[in-house]
Amino acid sequence: MTVFVSRDKINSGFTSKVQRLADQNLMACYQCGKCSAGCPMAAYMDVPPNQMIRLAQLGMEDELLDSEAIWLCVSCMTCNMRCPKGVRIAELIESMRQIKLRARQDHLQAEKISKADLRAIPPIALIGSMRKFTS
Amino acid sequence: MKLSYFPGCTLKNHARNFEDSTLYAMDRLGVEAVELDRWNCCGTVYSLSADDLMRQVAPIRNLLRTRERGDSQLMTGCSMCFNTLKRANHRARASEEDLARMNDFMYDEPVDYAGDVDVLHVLEVVRDQIGFDAIRERVVKPLEGLRVACYYGCMLVRPNEAAIDDAENPRVLEDLITVLGGEPVDYSHKTECCGAHQTVDKPEIIADKTYEILGAAKAQGADTVAVSCPLCAFNLDHRQEATLKIHSDFHTMPVVYFSQLMAIALGGSESVLRLDLHHTPPGPLLTGKGLL
Repeated sequence: MTVFVSRDKINSGFTSKVQRLADQNLMACYQCGKCSAGCPMAAYMDVPPNQMIRLAQLGMEDELLDSEAIWLCVSCMTCNMRCPKGVRIAELIESMRQIKLRARQDHLQAEKISKADLRAIPPIALIGSMRKFTS
Repeated sequence: MKLSYFPGCTLKNHARNFEDSTLYAMDRLGVEAVELDRWNCCGTVYSLSADDLMRQVAPIRNLLRTRERGDSQLMTGCSMCFNTLKRANHRARASEEDLARMNDFMYDEPVDYAGDVDVLHVLEVVRDQIGFDAIRERVVKPLEGLRVACYYGCMLVRPNEAAIDDAENPRVLEDLITVLGGEPVDYSHKTECCGAHQTVDKPEIIADKTYEILGAAKAQGADTVAVSCPLCAFNLDHRQEATLKIHSDFHTMPVVYFSQLMAIALGGSESVLRLDLHHTPPGPLLTGKGLL
């Protein structure tokens, strides 16, 4: 992926918004890559967790909010537990989902889930996905 | 010993096998689990946003219900409920300001929550309050020859404030299986996430995870995988059908709750196991080992 870094993006306020929503210091990350190494979803992500953090440091709002990766994270907390700098990466990714959801941009259309799936899938999964994917 | 008990939604329908076997095993071990009169949804997933205190109110209300019973401990078996309840409680305890705001949201409650209820998982009660020695004395049908891969997933061991054991190499389930007379199997994937709620939107990812996790257990000679989360159970058991479609070399394997293995070892009849709720039937394996 090619990205263009610009002073405008860095100063756009996106970085501080993400940090505030997550109550985390993004700048502590020194790109060791441990979060992506242990992430069970990294193989399916267009942007792996360590790159998400780097993009967020640089204010790359569109690249992050349009990515599939922010919706693939299931908050399993493996990255948080292993980060040598104590950065809670899962909270940072949740904050990016929240920026979308608070603008009513849902990721899941609950009404499109089939009746058969609604019967077969346990409520714990249905409610979990609605909590994570809908506003 | 009486303990307030929070079942959660899934144990009342898709995971009756988990609840029935847990209550049976607890009863055999002298624990009376008293279900809260008026429990509500735990919230299912813990809200991670710094400003989202409203989402912490649902789990905290259950702790208020516990306090109303005059109890200071709340036990639950579902790992997701446990994790959400415990982390909400941790947040309430960590900041007086946050707790005051949560109580403001719950203006209809006659009493404020003071952070004075402990959330316990059934496995903590088993290990720390009943004790493995007491369980060993109660075993009437040892799980002889049953090779069990214990699966913790995420919710029992992460993050630190919710963990009941070491995050990278937990042992409580293996210790329990040993006490029950079974043979725990060491394998690589016991704390690897099953894909959780992606099962709704992306079942093909769950199929890959099931292939990896059960494959790792099988490679170490496991007969079955023991879980403590109804979502892990659904993904690892019911998604085996999708797994077979994507991975032709996949071998199906029965997945059981740890509580079902407890119930068997403690002398429970087949009716408390509710084996009809499983996708890959554990019946043939258990019968083959002389456990049914």
